Amino acid sequence: MEPLVALRGIAKSFPGVLANDRVDFDVYPGEVHALLGENGAGKTTLVKVLYGFHQADAGTIQFGGRVIQIRSPHDARRLGIGMVFQQFTLIPALTVVENVALFLPHLPAVLNHGVIAKRIEEESARYGLAVDPWAPVWRLSIGEQQKVEILKLLLARSRVLIFDEPTRVLVPHEIDGLFRVLANLREHEYAIVFITHKLPEVLVCADRITVLRRGVVAGTLMRAEATEQGLVGLMFGAALPEYDLRRREPIAESGGPLLELQQVDTGGDGVSLQGITVTIAPGEIVGVAGVILGLTPCIRGRKIIAGQDATRWPVDRIRRSGVAFIPEDPLRMLIVPRLSVLENMALADTRKYARHAGLTVDWSAARGDLEQSTRRLAQEMLPLAVPAGALSGGNVQRLSLIRELSTDPRLIIALYPTRGLDMRSATAARDLLLAKRDRGAGVLLISEDLGELFLLSDRLFVLYRGRIVGAARPEETTAQEIGRLMTGGGVAGG
Amino acid sequence: MSVPFLESVLLGAILSGTPLLYAALGEVIEERAGIVNLGLEGVMLMGAVTSFAITVQTGSAALGVLAGATAGSLFNLILALLVVTRRANQLASGLALMFFGVGLSALLGAPYIGSRIAGLNPLEIPTLAHLPYLGALFRSDILVYLAMPAAALVWWGLFRTRWGLSLRAVGENPTAAYAAGYSPRAIQYQALFIAGLFGGIAGAELSIGIAKTWAEWMTAGRGFIAVALVIFSRWHPLRTVWGAVLFGGAVALQLQLQARGASVSPFLLDTLPYLLSLGVVLIWAGGRHHAAPASLGRVFEGTE
Amino acid sequence: MASADARRFRPDSVRAALRVTGLFGLAFALFAVVLLAAGKDPIRAYGDILSSTLFSSYGFSEVVVKMIPLMLTALAVAIPARIWLINIGAEGQLFMGALFTTWGAAHFAALPAWALLPLVAALGFLGGGLWAAISGVMRAHGWVSETISTLLLNYVAIFIVSFFVFGPWKDLESANYPQTPEFPAAARLPMFFGTRVHLGLLIALVALTVYHLVLTRTRWGLEVRAIGGNIEAARRSGIAIGRYILVLMFVGGGLAGLAGMGEVSAIQGRLRPSLSPGFGYTGFLISWIAGGNTYGIVASALLMAVITAGGDVLQMAHRLPGSVVNILMALMLFVVLTRRRIP
Repeated sequence: MEPLVALRGIAKSFPGVLANDRVDFDVYPGEVHALLGENGAGKTTLVKVLYGFHQADAGTIQFGGRVIQIRSPHDARRLGIGMVFQQFTLIPALTVVENVALFLPHLPAVLNHGVIAKRIEEESARYGLAVDPWAPVWRLSIGEQQKVEILKLLLARSRVLIFDEPTRVLVPHEIDGLFRVLANLREHEYAIVFITHKLPEVLVCADRITVLRRGVVAGTLMRAEATEQGLVGLMFGAALPEYDLRRREPIAESGGPLLELQQVDTGGDGVSLQGITVTIAPGEIVGVAGVILGLTPCIRGRKIIAGQDATRWPVDRIRRSGVAFIPEDPLRMLIVPRLSVLENMALADTRKYARHAGLTVDWSAARGDLEQSTRRLAQEMLPLAVPAGALSGGNVQRLSLIRELSTDPRLIIALYPTRGLDMRSATAARDLLLAKRDRGAGVLLISEDLGELFLLSDRLFVLYRGRIVGAARPEETTAQEIGRLMTGGGVAGG
Repeated sequence: MSVPFLESVLLGAILSGTPLLYAALGEVIEERAGIVNLGLEGVMLMGAVTSFAITVQTGSAALGVLAGATAGSLFNLILALLVVTRRANQLASGLALMFFGVGLSALLGAPYIGSRIAGLNPLEIPTLAHLPYLGALFRSDILVYLAMPAAALVWWGLFRTRWGLSLRAVGENPTAAYAAGYSPRAIQYQALFIAGLFGGIAGAELSIGIAKTWAEWMTAGRGFIAVALVIFSRWHPLRTVWGAVLFGGAVALQLQLQARGASVSPFLLDTLPYLLSLGVVLIWAGGRHHAAPASLGRVFEGTE
Repeated sequence: MASADARRFRPDSVRAALRVTGLFGLAFALFAVVLLAAGKDPIRAYGDILSSTLFSSYGFSEVVVKMIPLMLTALAVAIPARIWLINIGAEGQLFMGALFTTWGAAHFAALPAWALLPLVAALGFLGGGLWAAISGVMRAHGWVSETISTLLLNYVAIFIVSFFVFGPWKDLESANYPQTPEFPAAARLPMFFGTRVHLGLLIALVALTVYHLVLTRTRWGLEVRAIGGNIEAARRSGIAIGRYILVLMFVGGGLAGLAGMGEVSAIQGRLRPSLSPGFGYTGFLISWIAGGNTYGIVASALLMAVITAGGDVLQMAHRLPGSVVNILMALMLFVVLTRRRIP
């Protein structure tokens, strides 16, 4: 039997990174083919090539045995390839019926809502996608909205369904529901591509598993042949290099813990943190492996900074108590692009640089602090008068580090500090954090880069789906083990 | 025969409200497509002056209405050129369009200032026209009779046709509409063209239906009232009927009170429609779902 | 210096100014075509406008008189615009400022000028500021967009003024003419050199200067520019966004209120419903053309004032309806709008 869709020898690169390196991937009707890999392994790029968002640099796409060109999502949809994205493309103000109708390829000029609603109900019943067709989308839960996205594809007669990390925003019972839907679809001969980085899911619902690692297919196996250990090995490499654990002087405990999180739960859409208990002492780097969706307010539990209950403190109070935040996207979150480098520096603490009750700004003091911080962190001086938006990505990161660390914080919270940086800038950033730690600061480092975590951390925690699933010291564990915990290995039921 | 108070107000409300209703219906269509038109005042003025001039020249009020509608739609296409093709700021473009309409209509209307014409002849509906008190309502011109059907037509078009669905999608999320295979630009041009038709008709009703004369800036802010009316009706064409009666009623109420020497200040009454509009927006503000089309909201937030 | 925004006489600014001038030239050419179509001689018309506005000392003084409220209302829009707030309510804020001023002039008529004038000025600022603050509060709490609320409140303000002028404050000696009694002499802003140019000019120029200096040199200006540049970054740096929304709306509205105070105190001498021929809306357009730039505001206000005065000339000398200059104003805006990308 021919696969319904086949990608052969796909190569795709972006500036500085080879996202897909001669990848073969195909899917048959009536099968769920999971695409497994770490973040950044190239999974999303591959399906975007299939869906027409990107054009491959090399390789072919075959549909029903014939080589074809997919130049845009319109081409893909016409062939019957549909994709459920991580970010839904629904229109909240419109009803389910209207959203589905909008995407139907042959919609009559005068709408017949009843007919469409009936079709929705039929497909819903067949595949277990129960949803009220007349409800406006804004009233639906995320899980229900996902169902609508799937219904859109089904009613538009897609035969190949691609799901990009569909469980990222679902709660456990919704995930079970999704797996039942996938099983149903499979029985009806749909070809399903399922992208994930979580092991338990793959082991539950996939027929075939392809593991991508750094843009290359590490292996393709049938479900029956797959084991947790085997998959982890494929995802992270069978023989993981020994991470260079620097000899580090243990820092003498001086004073109480800098940060204590006690049973912290965060709110917000999707997966939140639950029951997090972490302590950070001065002079240590605590690494957290796993996904955190930004810094959302905590709705339960307590946050204690240097002995004071900071659970309800506003941002500037937290900063003034000696805490620095280094966000994952400084250009968007920390830097004001049209202000100059020096002005951005002054924003670190406008109160400190204000003179005459705010009438003037002491630019020379800001400049002095900038120079001092730059020197202490062994960096090159950045040009002062240039608008920050004109700096390169690496320099923006450097600026944000220099600025946040200039206040000589006792506690540094760094989210993915080296994401998107070139080697040199990444190394410099890591050296900065180590230097701070050596001088007695505490660091909470959140990262997906296992090498970085092993290099920098004194202690490690692993998060999976918002809960702590493991804790260890780097010298007492392996990257393999951490990788396994990060992807949900050993967690019963996913 | 002395017509009782309430009936007089109602009659006046419907008469005053008719141009407001047409203008607001047009504005609902364009705002549902994501475009605010602060220049509606100018569109109405162009409709008013054109229909008046053509009626005087040709003697036919029907031609006058057609001409007014055409003038309005062509005039509104200027806004389309600025906002859709050139991606200019909607609020500034609208105000510029208003100034343009004020000036151009003043120029074109100069020869006609103060002329009185028969204009749109009243169309009597037999039997109903002889009802006590409310009979006067059925001796209005045809545009008054067509106003409510027009509202129903707009409702049907927006909510029961593919074109209306795609238009609303554009006003909510042009990217999603584009991904679904529709062209936001084409749809917005169409919406502005149709809105211009309605605005032109509104102006025509003012000049050849109600006032039966021409004066500079005779819309006197009704274009902005219509924009407020759309907000009050929360962008729903059928609710604009109530809004038009309410806003029109404020004017009528004021006139009737003055005629009866009442002591309530007409100006304080005039504030009511606006305060009510503000109240309506406030009440619905807390909800997670805002009534304004999402893409239009970006205009109001300054992030468009 | 530190401020990347304070580039003044750099070459690219001059080039930009030249480009804008070229665009305006296009608008003048188009209007000339309109004049031709109306059967008038455009050269003579432009000549008359220039000679009676810029080349006549009294004419020029009248242009300045018109510039005063325009510069203030433009600031009323420009200040909130620094953090992307859209204030279309300068007209209503102007009226409320005039209302408060009138109340003060009537109730404190016994005071000498050196006390009464600052008092009514403060009242004018307060009236406009409070009116704008209503919208500010609603926006700061995330309830209503200030675009909608300032637009609606414009009408409410104008009707409130009409209520007072036609009602409790009506001048009984003026029979059917809707206006308040004349202000006491002590409440009239002094005028200069026998023209109608009044002290409001000084207020406007001071306001412009303070605006520029505060924005570029003070801590608050830095924080405002940070909010306008990247609100997320500003929030994470601990800047109090809600407070700035309130303050900037209040200050902006207050300046529009001062424009109202100037008009009622210096020019009109009493409160009438016809106080403003749309200064608030013209101010919005000036602020938008100038992009919040101080020199741009002055230049655009000058341009608009000349054009508005030109309307009177066209009416008297060429028998065109005065509001035909709105066509010229609109053409200028159109040519700028078709080029400008982001405000």
